[in-house]
Amino acid sequence: MLAPASDAAREGRREEHVNNLYRKRLFVNRFNLVMSLGTMAFGMAFLLWILAVLFYNGFAALSPSLFVQMTPPPGSAGGLANAIFGSVVIVGVATFISTPIGILAGIYLAEYGKGGLIARSTRFINDILLSAPSIVIGLFIYTIYVAKVEHFSGWAGSFALALIAIPVVVRTTENMLQLVPSSLREAAVALGAPMWKVILMVTLRAVRGGVITGVLLAVARISGETAPLLFTALNNQFFTTDMNAPMANLPVVIFQFALSPFQEWQELAWAGALLITLAVLIINILARSVFRQASVR
Amino acid sequence: MNETALVSRPQVTASGLPPAAPKMTIRKLDFYYGKFHALKDVSLDVAERRVTAFIGPSGCGKSTLLRTFNRMYSLYPGQRATGEIRFNGRNVLEARTDLNMLRAKVGMVFQKPTPFPMSIYDNIAFGVRLYESLGQRDMDERVEYALTKAAMWDEAKDKLKQSGMALSGGQQQRLCIARAVAVKPDVLLLDEPTSALDPISTAKIEELIGELKRDYTIAIVTHNMQQAARVSDFTAYMYLGELIEFDATDTIFFKPKRKETEDYITGRFG
Repeated sequence: MLAPASDAAREGRREEHVNNLYRKRLFVNRFNLVMSLGTMAFGMAFLLWILAVLFYNGFAALSPSLFVQMTPPPGSAGGLANAIFGSVVIVGVATFISTPIGILAGIYLAEYGKGGLIARSTRFINDILLSAPSIVIGLFIYTIYVAKVEHFSGWAGSFALALIAIPVVVRTTENMLQLVPSSLREAAVALGAPMWKVILMVTLRAVRGGVITGVLLAVARISGETAPLLFTALNNQFFTTDMNAPMANLPVVIFQFALSPFQEWQELAWAGALLITLAVLIINILARSVFRQASVR
Repeated sequence: MNETALVSRPQVTASGLPPAAPKMTIRKLDFYYGKFHALKDVSLDVAERRVTAFIGPSGCGKSTLLRTFNRMYSLYPGQRATGEIRFNGRNVLEARTDLNMLRAKVGMVFQKPTPFPMSIYDNIAFGVRLYESLGQRDMDERVEYALTKAAMWDEAKDKLKQSGMALSGGQQQRLCIARAVAVKPDVLLLDEPTSALDPISTAKIEELIGELKRDYTIAIVTHNMQQAARVSDFTAYMYLGELIEFDATDTIFFKPKRKETEDYITGRFG
């Protein structure tokens, strides 16, 4: 047995040990904070760099004629009116096709299928589609539609974009519905409401902000897609409202004009890139504000 | 039907209530969560226009029992019940029972307030619209009737168009009671309706239960024994899925026949 005097010494050692532990934890904490700030700065730097270059080159090319004149032949001035209109129409039709399908499939997965075999396989396939390279989807529509009707068209472009948007909408709708507490579902069921009314009027309504956000994010996702449109809508030097004809659209115009040696074309490509980026930015901000508003209520 | 086994017939209570006709008759009820046997051979009567309370420690099966009365368990595959729950001349456990009609007749209020994401008015009209097509004036009247029954009319009458989610917890729970009352059910099931509420809201809801039993048959699950003593006419004590004792509330609290009941009531349980 040690003398009682060692008690104080042991206590002192313990305190020192605790302090060492604490100092170590402080150090680890600071280290991690610095590291995560560093990586964030790294990522942000590139994002800001991209935006800065885009704004610098794009703003110079922005002009009112962009919205009224057609894409020009090489060596002359023009605008992007046909491409802007084409993009809006192609993306709009794709959204129109994919929103109901995506929401209905999401409802099935969350409310009806749940853990069943069909639901599980659908979920698995949907996850694969979600990460499928968009060029594959473009080639798919090319093979089953464009090659059969033997011409490129706006419809084909919309189909390809819809195929990309559907899995996004399915996923967000399902995830949102799963957030609805089962007590809310039970409360509606307890009043004698049939399942479809429970879903339509209570659960879907409770997460409508989230579902709308999902659709908007899908729109943002497809409005910059280039590869699938190269094989489907292709491009058109002229303004057209005919969805059965090749249709101009911003991503493909940017692709073609940016690779060209003509300065007017390159400037138009910058302007187009800026327009798409701004549109996506606005959609994202809109999605966030819709989601926030709906979750407050 | 075996009328004699295990069933303690409710007697005249000390408070002088006349014996009431049974509104729901439960006989030899067994319930399973998958393989787990959660209710074992439960038989009792739920008396018409009386408050029947179910007490017992967590996991004793009192909520499970309540959820068989409106077949809420049928939402979940793997949960099943056998036996008989006779209500309006039919066994509700039968496969051919129309669950929506049953639930319109047997309303339920849950532990946590569950206002729907719509206005106060629509929260109440939602259930009514499912089974009745009322004109605007009749619907207005029904909403007022339900909110009055739930002691909420004065608080809510000026903000019927506001969202039900913006109310306080106690108000939300009374809105849920109003919603259940609005469809004029025969039976109201209350599953720990005050466990998420503060004492003042709790007192309001207890007062409400006393009012509501003039028109409705009420079954309430509660963790709070004082609450059972305050609001109920009959009390059932359950333990590990079995109905240990069922009698008039005064008898259960003052002269329980079974030692287990007495131990639980007096806090010597465990």
